[in-house]
Amino acid sequence: MTDVAILGELAYWQQTGIRVGVGLAAVLLVAGTLVYVHLFKLVSFMQSRLGPMEAGPFGSLQLLAEVGKFLQKEDIFPRKADRFVFAAAPFVVLMSTFLLVVVVPGGPDAWFINSELGIYLAMAVSSVSVIGILMAGWGSASKYSLLGGLRATGQLIAYELPLILAVMGVVIQAETMNMQGIVQAQADGEIFGWGGIGNPYILTQFVAFVIFMIAMQAELTQTPFDMPIAESELVTGYMTEYSGMRFLLFFIGEFATAGVFSAIASVLFLGGWWAPIPGLGFDDNVWNLLGPLVLVTKVVVLTFIIFWARFSLPRFREDQLQQLAWKVLIPLSLANIVVTAVLKIVF
Amino acid sequence: MSRLSSTDTPVEGETEVVESDEARKALLAKIQTEFGDAVVGSHLAPGDDLWVRVDRSAWAAAGAYLKTGLGFEYFNFLSAIDWKPSPFGRDMDAQVDLSLGHDEASEIDMAIEQGVAGGDTRFQVFARVNDIVNGRGVTLKADVPDDDLSIDSWVPVYSGANWHERECWEMFGISFEGHPGLRHIYLPAGFEGNPLRKDYPLLARRLKPWPGIVDVEQMPGDDDPADAAETTEEAE
Amino acid sequence: MTAISDREQLGYIAAQAADARVNVEIETEGMTLNIGPQHPATHGTLRIVARLDGEQVIAADPIMGYMHRGYEKLAEVRTYPQVTTLINRIDWVGSFANEVPFILAAEKLMDVEAPPRAAWIRTILFEMSRIANISLFLGDMGLQVGAVTPAFFAFRDREHVLNQIEAATGGRFHPNFDRIGGLKDDLPAGWIAETKRAMKKIRSFCDEIEGLLQGNEIFEARCRGIGVIPADVGLSYGLSGANIRASGVNWDTRRDNPCGLVHSELDWKVWTHPDGDSFARFWVRLQEVRESTKMVDQLCDGLPSGPVMAKVPRIIKVPAGEAYVETENPLGVMGYYVVSKGDLTPYRVKIRSASFNNISITPWLLKGVYVPDIVTILGSLYFILGDIDR
Repeated sequence: MTDVAILGELAYWQQTGIRVGVGLAAVLLVAGTLVYVHLFKLVSFMQSRLGPMEAGPFGSLQLLAEVGKFLQKEDIFPRKADRFVFAAAPFVVLMSTFLLVVVVPGGPDAWFINSELGIYLAMAVSSVSVIGILMAGWGSASKYSLLGGLRATGQLIAYELPLILAVMGVVIQAETMNMQGIVQAQADGEIFGWGGIGNPYILTQFVAFVIFMIAMQAELTQTPFDMPIAESELVTGYMTEYSGMRFLLFFIGEFATAGVFSAIASVLFLGGWWAPIPGLGFDDNVWNLLGPLVLVTKVVVLTFIIFWARFSLPRFREDQLQQLAWKVLIPLSLANIVVTAVLKIVF
Repeated sequence: MSRLSSTDTPVEGETEVVESDEARKALLAKIQTEFGDAVVGSHLAPGDDLWVRVDRSAWAAAGAYLKTGLGFEYFNFLSAIDWKPSPFGRDMDAQVDLSLGHDEASEIDMAIEQGVAGGDTRFQVFARVNDIVNGRGVTLKADVPDDDLSIDSWVPVYSGANWHERECWEMFGISFEGHPGLRHIYLPAGFEGNPLRKDYPLLARRLKPWPGIVDVEQMPGDDDPADAAETTEEAE
Repeated sequence: MTAISDREQLGYIAAQAADARVNVEIETEGMTLNIGPQHPATHGTLRIVARLDGEQVIAADPIMGYMHRGYEKLAEVRTYPQVTTLINRIDWVGSFANEVPFILAAEKLMDVEAPPRAAWIRTILFEMSRIANISLFLGDMGLQVGAVTPAFFAFRDREHVLNQIEAATGGRFHPNFDRIGGLKDDLPAGWIAETKRAMKKIRSFCDEIEGLLQGNEIFEARCRGIGVIPADVGLSYGLSGANIRASGVNWDTRRDNPCGLVHSELDWKVWTHPDGDSFARFWVRLQEVRESTKMVDQLCDGLPSGPVMAKVPRIIKVPAGEAYVETENPLGVMGYYVVSKGDLTPYRVKIRSASFNNISITPWLLKGVYVPDIVTILGSLYFILGDIDR
């Protein structure tokens, strides 16, 4: 508990400063890693090309070059745009991401907030991005943007439901909405009396996990659910009119949200920052350093699935996408809740 | 068969020629009996192709008869020809080409001389339809008089004629009666003139003469590229 | 009594007025969406003005001409050998195939026949340009429905074919290799073996596309039943190539009306599909590429020896006459109606390009579909803009 002691000696504003700095780093570094590892390299490998190779060793500094490029670009406002709404939209989207990251614990003491309503809070603030996207679609005063924005709204609202319902199964099993509690429940769990690897809920809640991943893919508007962006129909949907810095914010938002959602998924289903390493107790201080690394590893694995699907699948049509949500995912997740609840009472 | 061919002609082609020749003759006879005097000209290339020139009044009926009566369901294309030679003569061609071709651009022969299946007027509309079951095509032609550049539309018969007639209208100025919307298809809305008429100058060519030259690259087996200039020489 | 009925009357009028007001308020105005001329879905500068009700298309009107180059007019002032340079640019992803029907039409008028070796090599290159063209389609179709990776695979494997075309003709995109009476040159040494290797790669590419796209449920959901063209409508619009064969019409100019090319001596099959939807068009094209690779293999095996150029005059003057020759090009039937007056230059050339007819069906076909289906349908009809605008 040494670092708690250190934190305890700091003033409240100092603690807040550290948490904000770490939070920023957690969002941006993870997003950058994902862009480099997945978007640049993994996808290039899948598409039998090299990807960026010039900037830095194996193109590892490409991301910085890209950011520099975007920052230099002119910030263009369409003539008929609703200037305030247009300008504010990317920040609203990014804000939702930052609000999400605060609930993710990185270790027994490495957390931003340890709310009893952790996952509830996460699900609530994740919807804020809808407002940002709708703002972008409306504010751009472009027909493509408007279509994209409306598609996004319909889609995000439809997939919010299976997302939340999938979480319900986990909450019932863990008997808590506290993220830390969910990690602990999985670490302490036993599989038919064998506690070697705890009980990651991907085993017992596999249906919920699959639903969560699908709904997450839709929430992130990644292919096959990228109707709002759909570059072959709507140019780039709600982002069509954005350029320079604001486009970069959307871009960061997209990948950071992918990272954060994966982090939430790994907390819910893969045991979060905890890993079955013999000789380490749940509250060991070393987890505060090791935990974030374990978490990031799990995040990379989960985002790999996201990008794998993104770059190999075609996209749905709007009505097919809604059908999948309302006719398949929601009934399935409701059934999962019922089954989970019954088994919870039986055992 | 081929005058200049260096190879032997496939023998089995001969029988096919006679066979499809008969088929085309029968086809022509059918069209002639159906339309009588409205068929004002025809040309039959044995084993190859059939041209039928109908009167302007029978144009739409001929299309309908070919489609429903004779099974020519496939619409291939529709276009027009301006038979009046360009008043600019050959001065738009490269001088090198002209001298090589012994084509002295002395005076312009403005005589109208129609092609296959004859004709009476400067403009002719022609269209091609196919019978895909028997693999045959027919080219229909119709004269369009200068004082009334219009002809019945084929759109009610062949939906595909729509765009072709729009193109023909803007390129030749021939209007199609009964077309659902004759508007520009390639050219901007306010364009004046009909570019594919022969008296419409090719402005780019008039402003900057073409530096072209007849294909004088060395042919395989050619010994001396120098005699490329000799026009009557035939390469090996 | 009368008072009550007046009241009913007034109530009825009020209700009607309220309904009307609600209707006016709810009724949306519709939106005109301008797709193109610069838009990722139209590969080229085709513009589609779509009138939308929500996401449903009420009416769609394609507008082209942004790339009209006036080849029919230009051909009138160019000598016959010079015309091939122009018409190479009509369908620029399968360029060699553009030259063939024009050269065949000129040969027909001149009564010249290319030597057998030339005809065989012509057919090889003709089929290879089909592979180069349609393999691009196979990747692009994925891109249109949102899968990025097939496009990269297409560009990767198309390169093998383009390399072979370049090795033989010197031009990757615009070979300009066909001559009246034969070909410019013979094949380079070792070309046959290399071509067969390329064909093997294309076949494995087809398998890959089949696994990536054709078997994909989302792809099927996006394409099956979308943009259905009944055979009779397709015929009257003059659709050709895979578009008409996907509607169940068993018609292939290569088989039914062979003209100068040697397809009749090969063992191959014309693929058709009964459905007539976007998926059928994709499927037929996929089979066509496979069939073409088999054809190229057979052609490479049976290539006769001999000269590649017939005896033709140095200065080509085409005797007066009219000839129409059409071949089954990658995009569909392409034909040239050549009118000659015995001059160095053609008197009139009517270019019957496949995409012009294929796209002319879009106002009929796009009525009532959803915006995402526009790209599926346009993608599956497969046009090259140069082939529309000429």
